[in-house]
Amino acid sequence: MSTTVLNPQVPAHQAQRHSAPAHAVAHAHEHEHHDTGGNTLFGFWLYLMTDCLLFASAFATYAVLFMNTAGGPSGQDIFELDYVLVETFALLFSSITYGFAMLAAQRQNRSATLTWLAVTFALGAVFIGMEVNEFHHLIVEGFGPQRSAFLTAFFSLVGMHGLHVTAGLIWMLVLMLEVSKRGLGNKTRIRLNCLSLFWHFLDIVWICVFTVVYLMGTV
Amino acid sequence: MSNHHDAAHGSVKSYGIGFLLSVVLTVIPFWLVMSGALDKWTTIIAILAFAVIQILVHLKYFLHLTQTTEEGKVNTLTFLFSALIILLVVGLSIWIIYASNAMMMH
Repeated sequence: MSTTVLNPQVPAHQAQRHSAPAHAVAHAHEHEHHDTGGNTLFGFWLYLMTDCLLFASAFATYAVLFMNTAGGPSGQDIFELDYVLVETFALLFSSITYGFAMLAAQRQNRSATLTWLAVTFALGAVFIGMEVNEFHHLIVEGFGPQRSAFLTAFFSLVGMHGLHVTAGLIWMLVLMLEVSKRGLGNKTRIRLNCLSLFWHFLDIVWICVFTVVYLMGTV
Repeated sequence: MSNHHDAAHGSVKSYGIGFLLSVVLTVIPFWLVMSGALDKWTTIIAILAFAVIQILVHLKYFLHLTQTTEEGKVNTLTFLFSALIILLVVGLSIWIIYASNAMMMH
């Protein structure tokens, strides 16, 4: 049954072997075909908008708390802008390489799609690795989230973005498996499309993070 | 298998333009802060302006938010509504807390 749902290109004689409910699902799927995932993408877009509100709350909290350093370090003392610039570029490069993966998927070029997804994954992993390293350094120096309200807000906001990127990386791995096993069917391309929205959305959130947290914290 | 969603995906050229604009709009605010070329408040206003412009660049070239299709219009409308809520949540929080801080100081 799952093959019928996931792979619309399954030959008719194979589909006939499935039970009646499977037929119903397959039939419903054909209707969806004309829709080309527009509803799915719109639904995912709405999710992203609610995620925006989650980040907005974290930003509001940070804006309210960032001056409350409780005798601990301020942003000026702990932020290293050249390090953040490298992180920013890793994420920015990953945006364009994901775009190339989408273009390759449109051309039905499976190996190019997988290659670009792998490059995007590597860049995303570099970003997360650098962020974990930064957090580790701060905690080792005694500047963990428990040190002050500023650091709590900082770790929450930047960490929440980091967790989103990590979720995106896991999702990307799953989709790479799907593309390599099932090819670039309609459903798979819609899923790639959703991750594309998610990934580019996270890059937009990062623009706000580096501007509000790192740049305004150092200026 | 091509459909209108794929068509809205842009091209190597549009991704390239978006990327180059993003690089410029990232490097300038970092340079402004790292060099300290301008005074504090001018720098803050400038980096906020660069952030807003870069967000618009990302929306256009990476997220393909358009006005040309019906779906694009609905997406844009929901985005504008979220932006309004974000402005209210962030703006009013800052206003309230800073005002109450100021009152308690005196």
